[in-house]
Amino acid sequence: MDLEALLGCLTTSSCVVTQTVSGLIVGMLLFLVAAGLTLIFGVLKIVNFAHGTFYMLGAYLAYSVFAATGSYVLGVLAGGLGMAAFGVLFERFLIRRVYGANVLMQLLICYAVVLICDDLVKLIWGPDFRAMGMPPEFQVPPLFIAGGVVPPFYIVLIAVTLVIGGALGLGLGLTRVGKTIRAAAINPDMVSALGINTTLLYSMVFAVGGMLAGLAGGLAAPVRSLTPGMGFSILIESFIVTVIGGMGSIAGALIAAVVLGLIRSFGTIGFPLFTEGLMYIAMIIILVVKPSGLFGKEIV
Amino acid sequence: MGRTHTLRDIAIGCLVVAVLAAIPWMLPGKAFQDFVIRCASMALFATSLNLLVGYTGLSSFGHGLFYGLGTYSFALLMQKTTVSLPLAFLLTLLISAATAVVVGAICIRLRLIYFAFVTLAMQMLAHSVIISWVGLTGGDQGLQGGIPRRVVAGIDLGNQYNLYLFSAAMLVIGLLLMRHIVATTFGTSLRMIRDNETRAAFLGISVWRVKLTVFVLAAVFASVGGMVMSLFVSGAYPELINWPISGDAIFAIVMGGVGSFLGPTVGTMILLLLNDVVTRQTEYYGLALGLIILLFALGLRRGVLDFVTERLGGRPAGGVH
Repeated sequence: MDLEALLGCLTTSSCVVTQTVSGLIVGMLLFLVAAGLTLIFGVLKIVNFAHGTFYMLGAYLAYSVFAATGSYVLGVLAGGLGMAAFGVLFERFLIRRVYGANVLMQLLICYAVVLICDDLVKLIWGPDFRAMGMPPEFQVPPLFIAGGVVPPFYIVLIAVTLVIGGALGLGLGLTRVGKTIRAAAINPDMVSALGINTTLLYSMVFAVGGMLAGLAGGLAAPVRSLTPGMGFSILIESFIVTVIGGMGSIAGALIAAVVLGLIRSFGTIGFPLFTEGLMYIAMIIILVVKPSGLFGKEIV
Repeated sequence: MGRTHTLRDIAIGCLVVAVLAAIPWMLPGKAFQDFVIRCASMALFATSLNLLVGYTGLSSFGHGLFYGLGTYSFALLMQKTTVSLPLAFLLTLLISAATAVVVGAICIRLRLIYFAFVTLAMQMLAHSVIISWVGLTGGDQGLQGGIPRRVVAGIDLGNQYNLYLFSAAMLVIGLLLMRHIVATTFGTSLRMIRDNETRAAFLGISVWRVKLTVFVLAAVFASVGGMVMSLFVSGAYPELINWPISGDAIFAIVMGGVGSFLGPTVGTMILLLLNDVVTRQTEYYGLALGLIILLFALGLRRGVLDFVTERLGGRPAGGVH
């Protein structure tokens, strides 16, 4: 514990700016992953324990496409679309068989997929760390805001994630498909009785969730080292986000993700070894005080 | 379940220990003994988790907290204090029970997935504390330096064969006690809470108290498994309290069968065998294990022992439906 360092950071503007921006990066990427997780849970009542794997595969896919074409935009798109397709296959061939089964059975299926994908990544890309490196268009001098160093890529990253989050919110709120998805979250039988193809809808939800995680992976690739098993820590963190924000609430996920990102970036200064502990404590307090999370509805 | 059943179970238990005692005379070498020790530790842990999952319907993802707490408390008591081994054993049981009262009081009023997550968070919090409290626990290097004072009543638990017999005896005693617990009226209340909590409450069962009691009992048995592991590895390591340890136990009970009392034990044996065989054959352990899990989970759709009992047309499995 180093409270002096934390206090020192909080009183210098350059440190506050740097840590806030890096906290926002962590938070916004986390939000994309957690939004998919919370959407899948809200509609299908399935906890997708393999969601971190989507993120990992998205990052590796973006890495390879970027290496082949030199275009970062194509890489990110490949990560997103590839994981949308993977999500559909995953739902269709595995998860669909355990709807309504014991949650431990669902956990086991996802655990198996995580094990398989981690090893497949090891087979294809090797067991060592991979670094994508900063795409050339972002290799420009950093900005200085109030004395804090901010790479332009970070600004772009935050802007892009905000746009994706906004599009998701508008899509769910205003479009016909979005309204159907929200209706299915409340009463799937009624939606089905009204003649809407819920099977297709469920595939679509998994596609959207997979795409969000894949995009997050692709966007994160330049600033994270890629390694088999990188999905696990983001999985645990996005669980914490969905639980704190309220399972099924996108807005809750956004707020919780940003808070968690800030806890992480400032926590590493004050409590370098106990940053994760801080997140677990936050989660336990929320669950004890308000089990349904900040924005969740009471779920029996 | 009457007296005769209890006597029969005890007789079977004694027989198992006797057979296990004889095997090393025919099958020399450490591999089998190592396997039984690891099996005993993990099976105690998995069966104790099944008290919660299979019998009470409490899906805990963080039961490894008490397994890891068992290893660390026991190893710390033996290394940092001068208490004797049996006393350290009893103190560890007390520490686990006390911790379980606090953790359980916080967790058990939450339902389903929330209960699962908060238990996992509790375990990971303990893991974070152990990693960051380097001075006491050795941080991510683990608690090295061995377990001293292993000679109890003239028996040296540092000796492989003695530790092997001790582990087998702990497993059999633990299983008999847990078997007894689920056979009592208390065990019936557990199943009633699992099947219909509201009805149980109407019939005058104090649901909260019963759940907390079984949570504490399960924690105590899990810590016994942890202590066996601590003796085996001569210390305590962060891996023993990290999330995959809970994952392994869940794997064991779902593979073996939540509806059969011995399901978790069978599942543990399957898990460890797979582990040993597959890691010897290939470095892509996860790939092989994942495919086998999918095959089992989607093919049988229930644990192996549950599947066998149902196929044999035996009594209907009493587990999660």
